[in-house]
Amino acid sequence: MKALLRGAITLVVLAAGWQALVSVTGLPRYLLPGPLAVADAMVRQAPLLWTHGLTTLAEIVIGLVAGVALGAVSALTLARFRTARRWLMPLLLVSQAIPVFALAPLLVLWLGYGMLSKIAMAVLVIYFPVTTALFDGLRRTDPGWLDLARTMGASPAAILWTIRLPAALPAFWSGVRVAAAVAPIGAVIGEWVGSSSGLGYLMLHANARMQIDLLFAAVLVLGLFAVALYAAVDALARWALPWQPDTQPTDDAVP
Amino acid sequence: MTPLAVTIDSARLTYGGTLLFADLTLDLPAGRTTCLLGPSGVGKTTLLRILAGLAEPEPPTVVVTGDGLPLAGRIAYMAQQDLLLPWLTVLDNVLLGDRLRHRRPDAARVERARALLDRVGLSGRERDRPAALSGGQRQRVALARTLMEDKPLVLMDEPFSALDALTRLRLQDTAAETLAGRTVLMVTHDPLEALRIGDRLHVMTGRPATMGPALTPPGPVPRRVDDPALLALQAELLRRLGE
Repeated sequence: MKALLRGAITLVVLAAGWQALVSVTGLPRYLLPGPLAVADAMVRQAPLLWTHGLTTLAEIVIGLVAGVALGAVSALTLARFRTARRWLMPLLLVSQAIPVFALAPLLVLWLGYGMLSKIAMAVLVIYFPVTTALFDGLRRTDPGWLDLARTMGASPAAILWTIRLPAALPAFWSGVRVAAAVAPIGAVIGEWVGSSSGLGYLMLHANARMQIDLLFAAVLVLGLFAVALYAAVDALARWALPWQPDTQPTDDAVP
Repeated sequence: MTPLAVTIDSARLTYGGTLLFADLTLDLPAGRTTCLLGPSGVGKTTLLRILAGLAEPEPPTVVVTGDGLPLAGRIAYMAQQDLLLPWLTVLDNVLLGDRLRHRRPDAARVERARALLDRVGLSGRERDRPAALSGGQRQRVALARTLMEDKPLVLMDEPFSALDALTRLRLQDTAAETLAGRTVLMVTHDPLEALRIGDRLHVMTGRPATMGPALTPPGPVPRRVDDPALLALQAELLRRLGE
């Protein structure tokens, strides 16, 4: 409750500062609209923001689910099979050296103006952090556990499923948190390159027509999505790992 | 389960170009607890790991069993850390071996696990996670897990060295009671621990290391800490360790 109050105060102060800046400098509305103007645009254009927001949200969520699934399968394959590690690791690293955003026009060309190209974009952005996070986790199993499992006559597959994978889950969820934070970027970039719907499309459209208050409103909605998504993933991670202690002290020591 | 006699013979170990020991012999008589003492880095843990199948034996090292069959799959291993999986309950940790061998524990196995937990003094804690237990309790779960394996040879690598003195004494009592009649090899730093629960004690010292003759403390285990004979033997052991 206190944290909520603190957040609200921070928001109010920031908004007040923003409004003061606009009022004092008298910047024209098409350069920097005040928070009141943005709030007004948000209310007026709510149906528009809602339809476009829904498109983007669907792209983000589907991309996140698909990207996380693909990353998890890749990491498990890499951890389980030596041959896969030898052949796919360099490929994985090189694939990351190519800026994903440079591929956006190609994806639109191949997959069309619809949601598919944006989902693919989000998947590409998410795939690498999830794969590396889980793979790192899988490589760092306590050697004592592995010794114990070997003396119990466990097969490599049994060790992977029973010990290495559960032990790697905290690392995996860190990767998913990063993925949740970057997924909206992938979807919006995809929309900028070519689309007929979505918040990215709405931003370009509003920008071209000097409806900067609408642009700000769209950015705000996108920000709300990102925060909500992160909070949801964080809650899910805590629920999935009840055994993982949170050792971060609640308050830093006062010097 | 009939106890098994095991001998490791002509053992040789080089580490980083240095010869740690050669032509070493260690006898583990059937149904007895053998304790192996020695300073750090002498190679006692490696001997144990060879028996556990965790280290490749260097030629010409051989492991001979009383019935001539290979040792693989017939050992239970307990380490200094409890090695409990934090995401499993106490009961599931005891049943870990079954899970790893893709065997769904049936009612009889679960019942046995509960009985073992009761025997190490942890009945009622089956549903708890390891994080809810103290260090001594966690090591008790590890002991129950080792007993659950029910293997002819039990290998223990400094199992109680991370515990405080009083907890260690209590756990030695429990271990001596529950391991009676099994072939056990216990590697330890603690002369008193070896004297309390060991039937035969060997001291490994020197470089290259040699295996000292077996010391056999009198009386049934677990021996009392304040037994004067035990304290005299402790002095003797410390002298041998210091050589």
